[in-house]
Amino acid sequence: MKTQRSYAVEVEDLTVAYDAKPVLWDIDLKIPKGKLMAVVGPNGAGKTTLIKAMLGLLKPVTGAVRFLDGDSDVRTLKNRIGYVPQSGSVDWDFPATVLDVVLMGCYGKLGWIRRPRKADVELSRQMLAKVGMEEYSSRQISQLSGGQQQRVFLARALAQEAEVYFMDEPFKGVDAQTERAIVTLLKELKEQEKTVVVVHHDLQTVPDYFDWVTLINLRVVASGPVEEVFHEENLKKTYHSSGTLLRSVG
Amino acid sequence: MAPQLEIQIIAVIVAVACALPGTFLVLRKMSMMSDSITHTILLGIVLAFFVTHDLSSPFLILGAALMGVVTVWLTELLSRTRLLAEDAAIGVVFPLLFSIAIILITRYAGSVHLDTDSVLLGELAFAPFDRMIVGGVDIGAKAIYTTGVLLLINLAVITLFFKELKLATFDSMLAAVVGFSPALVHYGLMTLVSLTTVGAFQAVGSVLVVAFMIGPPVTAYLLTDDLKRMLLLSGAIGAVNGVLGYQLAALLDVSIAGSMAVVTGLVFLLVFIFAPHRGLISALRRRSNQKIEFAKATLLFHLSNHENSEEEAAEAGVDTIQVHLRWTPEFTAKIMRSLEREGNIRLLDGLARLTDEGRQTSIRNYNTLFSR
Repeated sequence: MKTQRSYAVEVEDLTVAYDAKPVLWDIDLKIPKGKLMAVVGPNGAGKTTLIKAMLGLLKPVTGAVRFLDGDSDVRTLKNRIGYVPQSGSVDWDFPATVLDVVLMGCYGKLGWIRRPRKADVELSRQMLAKVGMEEYSSRQISQLSGGQQQRVFLARALAQEAEVYFMDEPFKGVDAQTERAIVTLLKELKEQEKTVVVVHHDLQTVPDYFDWVTLINLRVVASGPVEEVFHEENLKKTYHSSGTLLRSVG
Repeated sequence: MAPQLEIQIIAVIVAVACALPGTFLVLRKMSMMSDSITHTILLGIVLAFFVTHDLSSPFLILGAALMGVVTVWLTELLSRTRLLAEDAAIGVVFPLLFSIAIILITRYAGSVHLDTDSVLLGELAFAPFDRMIVGGVDIGAKAIYTTGVLLLINLAVITLFFKELKLATFDSMLAAVVGFSPALVHYGLMTLVSLTTVGAFQAVGSVLVVAFMIGPPVTAYLLTDDLKRMLLLSGAIGAVNGVLGYQLAALLDVSIAGSMAVVTGLVFLLVFIFAPHRGLISALRRRSNQKIEFAKATLLFHLSNHENSEEEAAEAGVDTIQVHLRWTPEFTAKIMRSLEREGNIRLLDGLARLTDEGRQTSIRNYNTLFSR
């Protein structure tokens, strides 16, 4: 039997609702450490809500989320949780450079009042280099393309040096170069035994990019290793569709 | 010190003190909230006065600052119900609280010097009459010291919590995830705004407080891409507006606060029109360039679509292209001249033909436009 410590995130009986309309209904989910997990489901299935609820950004009606060693409060774990929001969730006309934004990844470790130091700037530059954006460090963020914005957010998450990462649709609207950069990073994070939870919309790439998958639509339809649960039948249950959703599943 | 100089010093101090929290109000898209707070704090002052019966009691400042926070809280409570928008919520809360204050003053405090006109417009001209006396020695206008303390508080808070304010303003969700409560930062900033308003409006009136809080930051926003520079520039612009406004008032013998607010508006307008990158002129020029670039790309794409087709003679005919694209002959000629000069097309036998380079450019254009 697995002990509790082998899970990065445990979600128990989680219900989130807007008024009387549930967005997530009685979700139970265990994400083992070191997995690259895709969260897949149709529009409005509650994928973003699930991530926000796991991060404590939304107050659930029922249930709880536990991280790593059974700690339930995301705030005491602030240095161990990395977050990549949808790039459309911030104002890109904010007066800041690329480096400024990546540096924000170090803020959690610094805590209140303390300023970023040379080492933080150095780390941020390294992370920018990892996403192929080192020459953009002093670029104003409003001048970035969608893919570049996404890579800046990734670099910022890397600068958090977290153990569990949550990414909300990082592949949405990005160019091929950015997509490759993200995939390389995901593999690298896996090699470092980090856990990564990614809201994903492209079913075709799930088997290539991820080793764990959760299919949700209001409730959890299936969750487990991609080769075991990512098949036509579960997808039909998730998407309530009779057509073929996959060209081929390995 | 000459009263003229003192008035200008007070104006500069207040302008800088207002610009600091104002910068964050502007970036948080909460400019209208400052309008609301500057008026509703009057209710806080009146209520605190009823308790203390002393116009110089420090509790008046406390009451006012509290009322500022209450204003923000009430407004957000209303807009969070999603039954009305935030601007509508401001439109309800602000007149309600302000009017209660006015009624209370006229009904119960008529004999006290709580004059609504001076609240709105301020009496900067009278500020030098109220002296700061220490040990029997006159060390300058009292307002210099009260607003000076205010400026120091704002400087200290914004320097200390710069990182937190920056993160919570840019990405409140990440702030929450890494342990900086966005609500705490938000209400902290609102307390600062309320305190600033209380400290400043006695000297300059609430209308000028709004002008100083919002005008210089939006002006600076058009000039810089860096938050620290935006803060510094806002302060500098506010100070210049204050001094220029005073000079204008002295020249025309009109309201000092009014002149400063007018100068603030005019300086914004000038920057809005002439700012190097974000100004109106540069935006219009950029748009017109974009239009030409896009027309060139469209014409190349059109030519490559119809290349070697039966209708090429009509679609690519030097004299017929404009009919197909519904362009004016002048515009078409201009675009073709420009493309020919760049070596993208060649005009031959009355036909516009793509060169190899033109074909490559068109493919490149297509790929950059449609790369996901």
